[in-house]
Amino acid sequence: MLTVVGQDRPGIVAGLTDALYRGGVNLGEASMARLGGNFTIMLMVESDAAAEDLQRLIGPFAAAHSLRVHADPIEGRLHEHVEPNARIAVHGADRPGIVAQVTQALAAAGFNILDLDSGVGGTADRPIYVMTIDGHVPGGTEALERALAPVRRSGIEVRIEPIDTLVG
Amino acid sequence: MAVLDVLVYPDVRLKKVSIAVTSFDEALRRFLADFDETLHAMPGCVGLAAPQVNYFHRIALVDVSGKPGIPHNGRLLLINPEITEREGEAVGREGCLSVPDYTGNVVRATRIRVRAQDADGIYREYACEGYEARAVQHELDHLDGLLFLDRLVSRRDLFRRKVYR
Repeated sequence: MLTVVGQDRPGIVAGLTDALYRGGVNLGEASMARLGGNFTIMLMVESDAAAEDLQRLIGPFAAAHSLRVHADPIEGRLHEHVEPNARIAVHGADRPGIVAQVTQALAAAGFNILDLDSGVGGTADRPIYVMTIDGHVPGGTEALERALAPVRRSGIEVRIEPIDTLVG
Repeated sequence: MAVLDVLVYPDVRLKKVSIAVTSFDEALRRFLADFDETLHAMPGCVGLAAPQVNYFHRIALVDVSGKPGIPHNGRLLLINPEITEREGEAVGREGCLSVPDYTGNVVRATRIRVRAQDADGIYREYACEGYEARAVQHELDHLDGLLFLDRLVSRRDLFRRKVYR
């Protein structure tokens, strides 16, 4: 798993993936996002090379653009997706503890987070927090309604929707 | 009767536009029997389009009756189908027999009317909503060489909900 963080600018993905491609590295699944002016990359790569060799491969590009790179050997395989069966959409005035409060309630209900995306919007003096979580909960969304009731009472808007994937 | 093989993307044949059915004959009947058996041999699958089984005629089969608590028309055989009305839009997650191990979000109309011929060539009209409407739109796309991959929307679009009235 390659992790890359650095100040956002155009061309980071192009430069990194070109270096990996030229080095014979195969790319797997990835999650990349601009977070607070930084560009962040989490990227599954497949290579016979050791983690240090990967670092060396993208080292010149990373150094030239002040990117911090980290490579970890992982046990990981493709084609092992878990289908989410519930989506939690949360928004409210930003304050400390929203994520902890929501995810503790979800964890207590046995919810497994598969994908979490959050952003801070609004204005600097009145920020809002918006978060979407897809995941899998055994037994369906009713357990989540109960688990998240205290969170709602604390003034956070929470929408719980079942995800019923259509296969056609 | 036989369970037919399903074409899997990136097979380019899935991009073909299917042609209209013109003869409602014994050959069609034989295909429909296999087609029906194929859909029902796929657990959890609620629809199938003829081009998915390498038969490039405008035929789709939708059956969401196995899902509890949703409105539906039962087993819907749609030959030369056309959507005559569409209303509302919603994001929903879709997968496809022809695209294993990948699902994604797609915007579809929430209510449609569809006009199609049955196995005898008789024109019929159906009103579909929600999950069934989504299934019909997904299958009809196959007849035009489109997969749900052609309509994926980003995660941000999850906040596009049903149209408020």
